[in-house]
Amino acid sequence: MARKRYSVFAVAREALRGHTGWPRAWASPEPRARYEAIIIGAGGHGLATAYYLGKNFGITDVAVLEKGWLGGGNTGRNTTIIRSNYLQDPSAAIYEKARSLYETLSQELNYNIMFSPRGVIMLAQTEHEVRGYTRTAHANALQGVATEFIGPQRVKELCPIISLDGPRYPVLGGLWQSRAGTARHDAVAWGYARACSDMGMHIIQKCEVTGIRSEGGRVTGVTTTRGDIGCDKLGVVVAGHSGRLAEMAGFRLPIESIGLQALVSEPVKPCMDVVVMANTVHGYMSQSDKGEMVIGGGADGFNNYTQRGSFHNIEQTVRALVETFPMISRLKMLRQWGGVVDMTGDRSPIISKTPLEGCYINCGWGTGGFKAIPGSGWGMAELMARGHSPLTEAFGMERFREGRFIDESVAAGVAH
Amino acid sequence: MSTRLATGGRLIDRSARRRFTFDGRAHEGYAGDTLASALLAGGHTLLGRSFKYHRPRGLVASGAEEPNALVGLGAGARFEPNQRATTTELFDGLQAVSQNAWPSLDWDVGVVNNAFARFLPAGFYYKMFMHPRPLWKHLFEPFIRRSAGLGRAPSERDADRYEHFYAFCDVLVVGGGIAGLQAALAAGRAGARVILLEQTAHWGGRSPVDGVRIDGGPAEAWINAAVQELDGMENVTLRPRTMGAGVYDHGYVLGYERVGDHDPAAEVPRHRLWRIRAARLITATGALERPLSFAGNDVPGVMLASAVRDYVVNWAVSPGDRTVVVTNNDDAYRTALALKSAGLEVPAILDARPRAEGELPEMARAHGIRVETGKGVAKVRGGRHVTAVGVCAQAGEGAVLEEIACDAVAMSGGWSPVVHLWSHCGGKLEWDAAQALFRPDPDRAPTGHDGHPFVATAGAASGALQADRAMADADENMKNVLQGIGRKSPSRKPPKVESAEEAPLAPVWQMPQGAGPALRAKMWLDYQNDVKVSDVRLAAQEGYESVEHTKRYTTLGMATDQGKLSNINGLATLSQALHEEIPQVGTTTFRPPYTPISMAAIAGEARGPVFQPLRRTPMHEWHEANGADWEPVGQWRRPYCYRRAGESRRDAVHREVRNTRNALGLLDASTLGKIMVSGPDAERFIDMLYTGKMSTLKPGKCRYGLMCDENGFLMDDGVCARLDERSFLCHTTSGGAERIHGWMEDWLQCEWWDWQVHVVNLTEQFAQVAVVGPNARNLLERLGGIDVSKETLPFMAWTEGTLGGFRARVFRISFSGELSFEIAVPASEGRAFWERLVEAGEGFGAMPYGTEALHVMRAEKGFIMIGDETDGTIIPQDLGLDWAISKKKEDFLGKRGMERVNMTSPDRWKLVGLETLDGSVLPDGAHAPAEGLNANGQRNTQGRVTSTYYSPTLGRGIAMALVHRGPERMGETIAFNVPGRTPVKAKIVEPVFYDPKGERQNV
Ligand SMILES: Cc1cc2nc3c(=O)[nH]c(=O)nc-3n(C[C@H](O)[C@H](O)[C@H](O)COP(=O)(O)OP(=O)(O)OC[C@H]3O[C@@H](n4cnc5c(N)ncnc54)[C@H](O)[C@@H]3O)c2cc1C
Repeated sequence: MARKRYSVFAVAREALRGHTGWPRAWASPEPRARYEAIIIGAGGHGLATAYYLGKNFGITDVAVLEKGWLGGGNTGRNTTIIRSNYLQDPSAAIYEKARSLYETLSQELNYNIMFSPRGVIMLAQTEHEVRGYTRTAHANALQGVATEFIGPQRVKELCPIISLDGPRYPVLGGLWQSRAGTARHDAVAWGYARACSDMGMHIIQKCEVTGIRSEGGRVTGVTTTRGDIGCDKLGVVVAGHSGRLAEMAGFRLPIESIGLQALVSEPVKPCMDVVVMANTVHGYMSQSDKGEMVIGGGADGFNNYTQRGSFHNIEQTVRALVETFPMISRLKMLRQWGGVVDMTGDRSPIISKTPLEGCYINCGWGTGGFKAIPGSGWGMAELMARGHSPLTEAFGMERFREGRFIDESVAAGVAH
Repeated sequence: MSTRLATGGRLIDRSARRRFTFDGRAHEGYAGDTLASALLAGGHTLLGRSFKYHRPRGLVASGAEEPNALVGLGAGARFEPNQRATTTELFDGLQAVSQNAWPSLDWDVGVVNNAFARFLPAGFYYKMFMHPRPLWKHLFEPFIRRSAGLGRAPSERDADRYEHFYAFCDVLVVGGGIAGLQAALAAGRAGARVILLEQTAHWGGRSPVDGVRIDGGPAEAWINAAVQELDGMENVTLRPRTMGAGVYDHGYVLGYERVGDHDPAAEVPRHRLWRIRAARLITATGALERPLSFAGNDVPGVMLASAVRDYVVNWAVSPGDRTVVVTNNDDAYRTALALKSAGLEVPAILDARPRAEGELPEMARAHGIRVETGKGVAKVRGGRHVTAVGVCAQAGEGAVLEEIACDAVAMSGGWSPVVHLWSHCGGKLEWDAAQALFRPDPDRAPTGHDGHPFVATAGAASGALQADRAMADADENMKNVLQGIGRKSPSRKPPKVESAEEAPLAPVWQMPQGAGPALRAKMWLDYQNDVKVSDVRLAAQEGYESVEHTKRYTTLGMATDQGKLSNINGLATLSQALHEEIPQVGTTTFRPPYTPISMAAIAGEARGPVFQPLRRTPMHEWHEANGADWEPVGQWRRPYCYRRAGESRRDAVHREVRNTRNALGLLDASTLGKIMVSGPDAERFIDMLYTGKMSTLKPGKCRYGLMCDENGFLMDDGVCARLDERSFLCHTTSGGAERIHGWMEDWLQCEWWDWQVHVVNLTEQFAQVAVVGPNARNLLERLGGIDVSKETLPFMAWTEGTLGGFRARVFRISFSGELSFEIAVPASEGRAFWERLVEAGEGFGAMPYGTEALHVMRAEKGFIMIGDETDGTIIPQDLGLDWAISKKKEDFLGKRGMERVNMTSPDRWKLVGLETLDGSVLPDGAHAPAEGLNANGQRNTQGRVTSTYYSPTLGRGIAMALVHRGPERMGETIAFNVPGRTPVKAKIVEPVFYDPKGERQNV
């Protein structure tokens, strides 16, 4: 399938002939008997892994297998916050790599993913949080991540709809990352998928992996609802379903699957130009380009696989945000939804070799992996191609046995 | 022209006029009107602008499914955007403004004319605006944002009140049409506790409009009797104006009651959120009519046939003088008949079916209405209002056979059951090909905790569209439901319903069938978001084949009506484009809420001061009255310091430190966690919790202890006092009390459930005061009653008795390094005790001090603070607390975790003190860089500041820090990075800055 470049001229040209000339964004091939590499899961992380395998290492004999529709997992359900003001070095490295790739991703993929570096403020509403965020700002300075701790007045300038004086939790300041922001989640998946397809990779939807085949401790392929497919290398990138795939591969993972919910309001005219996260009260909010207030909060308190959540969490989140942004009181909740997030004990991802040779896993992004997609794919591809990547090194699964955690819950409760 | 008819109108009271404004112009309507009916009566057919192309839009519907007629309502602190005119009851003084148009609704410059619209097909923004890169942020995105959005955002704090109700019942019925009423009657008569919700202000649903007859009389009579009977039952609660908003696991249902919207002057909460636990939920939510996809179906004046009927019958409003009806089913003939009997003209009924010979078509013909079968609309003429329709053969490509002048079009593409509530919690649907609709599949209902279905449907919501079938369906389904909850349904015959027999419809997903691209680009599916048939086909062409992809690529169904009108038509269009059957394509997920509900209702009363519970110590008011600067600590408030006139916070803290060190300080320590652990296995339990061996503690003694999580990370610390053989009192940090209590319960309930121990959180039962400083003992002796001498009450001992007349426990412990007692008295006596201390302490220089002075003094002594020196990644060994870890104990929580390689590594960062060379105060959280960069190009680091203060006692900055191999590097100088400034050099020293031998506390 010949790629057609997207541009304003192409749109204009097509407009004159009723848009009949647009080709498929990605092909819909039948699976071959074997590939050099198979990626399970066509979420953002899986697709990005495939993309960088091709782009950085010339490995294009790749299939991405997806049980539903591509981008239909958490990649298409999240609140799209992108930031890299993480505390620990390994996290800051991979999230900043991702953020910097996001900056030029639209141009690179020739697909407008609408990265909007509008800035993220993480509010400090207790003395403890003030100390936590100044610590992060200091760490970021040495990590090469541009952040600063700002005072309440600056917070108000950046986000006039905020109520500074509480009364319960007055705003004492915030951690500000001006090149953080949001992007269009579906477009990230679609853009990568189109680029992968252009490189000749196969993206096979409605193809659920039901078993992992191996011989002598080495992976040989997968069993799927569309037949057996062989491979030399296997990347498992299935977020909330990682535990099940690990079971198929014969190892265990320190992962729990928990519901995380989000909601949007009805659209209104622009009233908020930045992303604000208020972790003391457990809520965060931004305004989408469509005008909806996009809202999220803490994860549900119990494990489940349903992609539904309990209303109590929604209530808590909304309450927190009505308190923080009193003007949303008279907006209406349009839609709420949930995803299943994969949480590790230290709230950091696993990007790792596994006990099964040739099988690699990338999971555990929990509540905050959208922002990591390009960096994670970059590192995972390197790991799969070379067996080693500085970006992913600290995220090996042996760290739990060694007690070498990368704990990000240190600075703030929620990590979107 | 739309106008008010001279007679009729079931719902309006012509004797009660209501004045209101629209875009500043004065209007009048009647009590019982909705804003929509009143505006339509006033000749307003242009009510809004669409989202993307800013096309002129009028009313399409008459209820919650309306996509176009959204207005801003109210003003100032009562302004609300995006309010649906069709669900807004009219009241005197209502102020409405139109939205998404500038400068005015009539002359909106945002309008994208038809020629330009083709440059903006589905997903156009994914294909452009990429170059040059900075323009996205600075030009394209701001532009898109400004043109998108609907209403203006409110800017003020909401002036209204909201509340939550909690309720439970055996049977919750949602929907007050005849099926819902019948379901409620059956359940009520069977003695079940019933709640019946209806989203509008009226009972009975569609039947009265549709001319249904029940038990030989008009539907209305039966409805009134049913409501009266239900009203009289004690076990039944009726709630009009209350929408079933969402269904969650375990029979949890949200109801959204609009209590005060229709009467803002009343002293009631505006909205009320009902949180209902129901054993069974019956969705009797009816069905919604579908538009037809023909070119120009979005021109103001084109409405759903049922809505036209509603406006005529309910509110005596005619949408036009000449209405063409276009349909693929019999039901729409009722609209033609209703128009006719209101004296209005119906120039033609265009029926897409080859034949129309049922009861209703025959009646229409008998009334002299021209019926054209096999015909459809090729195109609607008119810009801001319908002027004519071009008639074509449905089977053709749209060649216009005839133009019929008209000013309104009533369309009907069939009906879709409202399946939202059924689907929220996992109920599945099946495709009914005969009626061309998705209906709930009773074999795949949402199930409750017991695996049994907890949702059933009744009436049109089941897919039983005709009134007689709806009634029978409700009756039948209720029998099963009642049986399921062990109730006998009364053996009564269901009421006899007469309704004209309807012939089957013919599915029409595009009109005409062979329409080409030009016409398809004018057939709207989603009115608000401007999604057309051509957009869905483009999505399919480009490979966005999954229904979720199509939805997201085109934004179909993502507007504020959440696709109530567009979903099925969109699906069918997609399935045609893909050459797949509709059920194979499937639906998108239905998510709560059914229609949008206010954030305010969700938040309820929890706002402002009562946003979260505020915990106060017994001395709270005293602090308040004596200049406390509050600091939130969890849900508590603690005085940060007590400021005196003219003092800064810093001055106050320094004064408090100096006074405590030199004379006497009083600290309200009541927030400290106090958890009692007792029982025969208390020793064993307490030895598992603490890293040290607490079981050897003798009654009357205290010991400092550490608690770690399973990974060995330090999570809490505090003094544990042994009360007697079987009980211990564990003091935790203020922030940790609930967490540690839960932690203990977790182990006792889940792991060691056979141990005989119980734990009680006594935090709020006691007020606790720290009496600190050289004069501490003098003060207690002045109060008298307990021997607090060094000999009787040595350091780390406790005693109890009566102190100055108060029942008290006195702990001889110190967090400041001074002679110090912590005294616990019953909470009810806390305030009096505190005041007594203040009064008796006057001669000793007693002053209260706050949390900051507490922090400074503990740092001067090198005592760690949970949350400062620890952060969930620190083991006690990092903090030089090895001495508090038992080597003898076989096990304790965290023991194994601490043995892992990374924990025993000599390369860990460890606690030290820091003295800046220039005496300045190091910034909080500052890091010390080390040589070189790591593999990811980040600066290597060798330490960070964990606590840092100006010490008034020492007159210089002091800090505690975690430093790589710190304790081995005493005396070394390292530099801390301060962004934008020269690095600060500091010498590594022991972390105890003051009185290292501990002579002051041991007197
Ligand atoms: C409500 C919510 C809000 C969030 N907000 C943010 C945010 O603001 N910022 C942020 O950075 N992150 C956020 N996240 C987290 C983020 O969405 C995820 O971390 C990220 O999308 C994970 O991407 P993924 O590719 O790993 O997983 P997914 O997108 O879930 O992809 C995994 C894919 O694997 C497929 N799969 C599973 N099992 C199989 C199988 N057996 N065979 C084949 N395929 C299979 C699934 O169908 C799925 O498509 C949020 C998450 C949620 C739920």
